Amino acid sequence: MEALFAVTLGILTASGVYLLLRARTFPVVMGLTLISYAVNLFLFAMGRLQTGAASVIGRSDVYGDPLPQALVLTAIVIGFAMTAFLVVLALRSVGETQTDHVDGRESA
Amino acid sequence: MNHALILPILLPMFVGSLLLCGAHLRLKFKRLLSLASAGLLVPLSLWLLLQADQGLLQSYALGNWQAPFGIVLLLDRLSALMLVVTAVLGFFALAYAVRGDDERGHNFHALFQFQLMGINGAFLTGDLFNLFVFFEILLIASYSLLVHGGGAQRVRAGLHYVVLNLVGSAFFLIAVGVLYGITGTLNMADMAQRVAAADADQAPLLGAAGLLLLVVFGLKAAVLPLYFWLPRAYAASTAPVAALFAIMTKVGLYSIIRVYTLIFGDEAGSLANMVQDWLWPLALLTLGLGVIGALAAVTLQGLVAYLMVVSVGTLLAGVAIGTPQALSAALFYLVHSTWVAGGLFLLADLISRQRGEKHGDLVQGPALQNPHVLGALFFLGAIAVAGLPPLSGFIGKLLLLRALEPCVQALFLWPVVLVGGLGMLIALSRAGSTLFWRVGRDQLDSAELDRGRLLACLGLLLLSPLLVVFAAPIIEFVDAAALQVHDLAQYRQTLNGGAQ
Repeated sequence: MEALFAVTLGILTASGVYLLLRARTFPVVMGLTLISYAVNLFLFAMGRLQTGAASVIGRSDVYGDPLPQALVLTAIVIGFAMTAFLVVLALRSVGETQTDHVDGRESA
Repeated sequence: MNHALILPILLPMFVGSLLLCGAHLRLKFKRLLSLASAGLLVPLSLWLLLQADQGLLQSYALGNWQAPFGIVLLLDRLSALMLVVTAVLGFFALAYAVRGDDERGHNFHALFQFQLMGINGAFLTGDLFNLFVFFEILLIASYSLLVHGGGAQRVRAGLHYVVLNLVGSAFFLIAVGVLYGITGTLNMADMAQRVAAADADQAPLLGAAGLLLLVVFGLKAAVLPLYFWLPRAYAASTAPVAALFAIMTKVGLYSIIRVYTLIFGDEAGSLANMVQDWLWPLALLTLGLGVIGALAAVTLQGLVAYLMVVSVGTLLAGVAIGTPQALSAALFYLVHSTWVAGGLFLLADLISRQRGEKHGDLVQGPALQNPHVLGALFFLGAIAVAGLPPLSGFIGKLLLLRALEPCVQALFLWPVVLVGGLGMLIALSRAGSTLFWRVGRDQLDSAELDRGRLLACLGLLLLSPLLVVFAAPIIEFVDAAALQVHDLAQYRQTLNGGAQ
């Protein structure tokens, strides 16, 4: 499971970085979203990957770490808000500069 | 438990929420409410400063969940000092904004309060993930404040700023994740103990996480090679916003001081003081490139923004030396540079308003309406920021240079700081002579000098002579603050419910 998890994270991050380096705002937003997914999964894995381990004491012999789950929840909420803001800002940028280039003007 | 510790976070939060709910209220009322909150923060943080000066570290367990399991707020001399710097700067920036700049967009006052809340929270928290949360609060408020007033240039600078900081947040989360995965704690004092006791085979991972954090804080603090966003963003934003942003780079610097003295400090075993070697060249290069940027600046706002990069480099050099003495010099310089940079941003706006279409461009323009007042203020600000006697910049630099005995490090620091000072002086005199002497005959009578704006700007700049007059007690305080930061035993005590 660890290997699959690691490969998934790697692919997500690599695609995210690739998209982030594009010149148009839409791929950049997509790239940031992919990176934030990867980061959230990574945070989640920091409580160690286990199956069948409830995070409530007394329900099972082994129990999962609840704290990373709380952290991920916080990170998801913040990431969601940031993405929403970025989309609005990108739209505003298109309106103001008449181009969706990240520098606000077409490169020569 | 001292409940006053959480007030600098709660007060702007409640006032900000109130302003958000009452967005339709009369502007006059919103201004009063906002000013009252920002004004109250000044005596409040001064009171906390006096409490912190008694020497005992205070901690506040949120929801009474004891450390290291719950989130704690920590008040030491350093964080109290940062609170005071923020409160004073915030008040004057807001006093400037209420003279008209707050009408240029929606919800200015609510955002301003949330920004203050985020900054105060970042200075107070003793928990690494909580630091991330407060970073995000101050960032999302700053994103909106940056584009306050609209216009293509602001949106363009804003887009870069937002994307860069989102990448920074991703790095922050990865670093926090790794640190939590290895140490199993998020409380900074507890983490320091676990890092000190970590196995040798965990050291590389911990070191990697620590350096990732340096990237994040370096981005916030605008350290080379991550400062390129700053000049454009600061030069594009509205004057009171730019003035408030003068504290934002210091949030990054504060985090560097906090994390690399506490978690990766003197007692961190093989990782002790691991970033010092990185910080030293970066600091000097940032300083040098900031000066070159200032010399090449084409607008007054851009010039002030690059002066800010210079101050970041100078401060970082003080941190990189690593002795309490150098840190105390850096803290004195931090107070000075934040207030003076804020004042200069306001002054740049006052001057630009009288130049019509030329705005802040450093080219020949129309004659100013009030050349004497503005010229005197510019002279005052320039002397302070370039570090000439008799103002506070001189004392700050002198302390920093004296913190080094003649040695190899001094061989690098002294010429860079002194030649850098000369460069700043040249850039400022060139700007000053263009703005005040190389002017056309005709005046624009469109822009009267606003008394309220002038007073806010004057207030910030006059803090520099005040820092000189009260230099002795302030230096005594920053000395004690620097020593306290290096006294790690105090921070460990907060874990056992010790220092309340």
